[in-house]
Amino acid sequence: MSSVTVDHIPAGEGHAHDTPKGWRRWLFATNHKDIGTMYLVFSLAMLFEGGVLALLLRTELFSPGLQFFQPELFNQFTTMHGLIMIFGSIMPAFVGFANWMIPLQIGASDMAFARMNNFSFWLLPIGATLFTVSFFVPGGANAAGWTMYAPLTLQMGPGMDFTIFAVHILGASSIMGAINIIVTVLNMRAPGMTMMKMPLFCWTWLITAYLLLAIMPVLAAAVTMLLTDRHFGTAFFNAAAGGDPVLYQHVFWFFGHPEVYVMILPAFGIISAVIPAFSRKPLFGYPSMVYATAAIAILSFLVWAHHMFTTGMPITGQLYFMYATMLISIPTGVKIFNWVATMWRGALTFETPMLWGIGFLFVFVIGGFTGLIVAVAPVDIAVHDTYYIIAHFHYVMVAGSLFAMYAGAYYWLPKWTGTMYDEKLGKLHFWSSMISFNITFFPMHFLGLAGMPRRYADYAAQFTDFNMMATIGAFWFGFSQLILVWVVIKAVRGRGEPAPARPWDGATGLEWTVPSPAPHHTFETPPEVK
Amino acid sequence: MKTLRGVLGAGALALWSGLACAQVQDMPGGPRVNQLNLTGGVTEIARSIQWLHWMLLIVCAVIFIGVFGTVIYSIIMHRRSRHPVPAKFHEHLGVEIAWTVVPFIIVVGMALPATRTVVAMKDTTNADLTVKVTGYQWKWGYEYVDGPAQGVKFLSTLATPRAQIEGKEPRGPYYLMEVDQPLVVPVNKKVRIVLTSNDVIHAWMVPDFGVKQDAMPGFLRDTWFRAEQTGTFRGQCAELCGKDHAFMPIVVKVVEQAEYDQWAATQVSALAGAGDDAGKVWESADLVASGEKVYASHCVACHQANGQGMPPVFPALDGSEAYVLAPMKEQILTVLNGHPGTAMAAFRDQLNNTEIASVITYTRNAWSNAGKGEDPVVQPSDVLALR
Repeated sequence: MSSVTVDHIPAGEGHAHDTPKGWRRWLFATNHKDIGTMYLVFSLAMLFEGGVLALLLRTELFSPGLQFFQPELFNQFTTMHGLIMIFGSIMPAFVGFANWMIPLQIGASDMAFARMNNFSFWLLPIGATLFTVSFFVPGGANAAGWTMYAPLTLQMGPGMDFTIFAVHILGASSIMGAINIIVTVLNMRAPGMTMMKMPLFCWTWLITAYLLLAIMPVLAAAVTMLLTDRHFGTAFFNAAAGGDPVLYQHVFWFFGHPEVYVMILPAFGIISAVIPAFSRKPLFGYPSMVYATAAIAILSFLVWAHHMFTTGMPITGQLYFMYATMLISIPTGVKIFNWVATMWRGALTFETPMLWGIGFLFVFVIGGFTGLIVAVAPVDIAVHDTYYIIAHFHYVMVAGSLFAMYAGAYYWLPKWTGTMYDEKLGKLHFWSSMISFNITFFPMHFLGLAGMPRRYADYAAQFTDFNMMATIGAFWFGFSQLILVWVVIKAVRGRGEPAPARPWDGATGLEWTVPSPAPHHTFETPPEVK
Repeated sequence: MKTLRGVLGAGALALWSGLACAQVQDMPGGPRVNQLNLTGGVTEIARSIQWLHWMLLIVCAVIFIGVFGTVIYSIIMHRRSRHPVPAKFHEHLGVEIAWTVVPFIIVVGMALPATRTVVAMKDTTNADLTVKVTGYQWKWGYEYVDGPAQGVKFLSTLATPRAQIEGKEPRGPYYLMEVDQPLVVPVNKKVRIVLTSNDVIHAWMVPDFGVKQDAMPGFLRDTWFRAEQTGTFRGQCAELCGKDHAFMPIVVKVVEQAEYDQWAATQVSALAGAGDDAGKVWESADLVASGEKVYASHCVACHQANGQGMPPVFPALDGSEAYVLAPMKEQILTVLNGHPGTAMAAFRDQLNNTEIASVITYTRNAWSNAGKGEDPVVQPSDVLALR
């Protein structure tokens, strides 16, 4: 099927309109590599914006009492840190990886819908601007938490409307990105590139794209109901007029739980490329990896209310959502075991991407285990809305998604820039981030178990020491990320060894058959995959 | 720039707080200094949650050690310098089935005892005493539905002075976890807590009881505890409820039955004595004086001590043409019924006619409002007429 639908660029047209120069190259970009680069640069910038917000709130939390920020501003920091990291940084970064790597990995010349690709990127700066500007409107930004629970959201000022509008725009961008990825993966594979030969990154993104298509409209519905409740007199969430605040939570988490997997499945794909490459051994259990990914995706739609154990669900609801959630640990475990078996009796080397890969395994498994622990409803009720939850999801989102992206970034940077990155700086970045990450987030488990609630601008003095540790770790972690910027700038400027087409001797896949840096147009004639 | 300032500030604070911290002691009924794990608390539920957590933690730790033992063995023994020729295998049906089935069995083993606890936590039947708990921005309201204290109701607000929060005074031993009037319950009695909220979602959490339950505006939810020891137990609001989310703690005093009965009798007789005489006509100065106190405990968080509020979310009362300087009717109705769609709560059930009349009179005579507008004095009878 794929062989007949591969797009052949007619002779003479391929290079006739080659790279436009200057700002036009970026504003009118239709090339998947240029758009991928823009996605990655944008998400890195947003990582720093969200990171600065995190450091501001950690500054306030360094010691008990209110020293720097009043609670209403503090709540804006926590809320916007979450929204910006999720919608501005992690999701766009993975779409950037997909743009760059999926066509190269399946032997396609570009993404299926080049102009829609351009549009879906350029919506992002608009959404990000709305998020950022909302701090400066009367009443400030949304301060109701990234989950935007009604009816607190109904009390917010115009900053909330900025958030709602931004979420709509970023959601539209995600939907277009997802459509593009699905069509590209299904229709534009090179001859012989059957589904079960695709690199796992393409598989995980294909499944992720379906998740996005299913859930982004649900989020749009939830925030639209907030909007009409706020301004147009509806009462979806107002009990006095027949609404129900818990309805919001059901709708939100029907989006919110699969969203967690949107942010981790592509990471699984990256890790499934990096670990085999540096173990010099094929990925163990490829088919079971595909099935496990699909199983996780399906289960992710069936477990949303485990975020709501304290809302007072009926006993059957609590038991069902507890059992279903615990089941997710099984396909996730299969993935971990497969990666470990891939390393077993390989010929391992520990370049920076592999360090991030192993580092990912280590911290992600901690986040996975705390996930299993909070799946158990009675324990969840004890730690719900405490710092234990903050620790849990940062172990999954920072140590899972972000560390996997770093593994991928170092792994493919030679392909993107044509220059080997600075290995010493890369390793420094890894060790510095890994240590400071754990100093920041590990003590939060203790805080949560001891009962410190999240989203608190001030806390009982008994919690002081671990909060101090977390703040010191957070600043260390934040500043460690500047090393990455330095590594990338050096590589982009060509300061380093020129990279060969396949800089990693264990790496497999079509992306390593093209020169480094990857030429502007690749696979204009589809490669033959045996 | 802001970040840099934060770093410097944090560094300077480290020295100062390092000294302050040395004196912090464990808080009885609250968190211990650097507490590492869940508390076993004083109820069977809290103990079984703690047991479940230990069980899960140990199982997870054993698996973790197994998995990362293997990884570390690979890292040492299968590095290229020692093991230059990689093996070729990439599947093994038996192993793959094993590591799917064995975790399934482990998960079922974890779920069984958890199920028992879920069932026990949800069983709110046969309570000895029922208390209705209402969440307000930002305080808790308690009302005894049955038992010797039936009909007793009061609000419970943070007792930590603002000066401690702002660092102008040394922090007390119960910093942020003390209230003016705690909930009082008898020991060894099953207490059913029925929750609702007046505005947004709050959550009533007391770690020592193993209880955390959201309070939903417009709906009732329930939970229960049976404290097995006397003492004072402390918790905090656990669901983001706006700016003073961190400042609405929960304090429960568990006492012997005899002491409880005595407490209930005093409360009930106080209830009978504290009549709200709506017919009384007050002097303006007296209303202003008592109104200032009401303002300080119920209004100041949003509308601020200087009456400037925090626009646009919390409007100013100073110079407010629409309400405070207008005829009294709109203002009385707003205080009684709240303003739907905003943070302005309905105070109809929180304050009596005299309190509402005095706080309104206070706002009409405070700041730059004095001498302006109509109806400078509002009497309890005016409030009663619109209630």
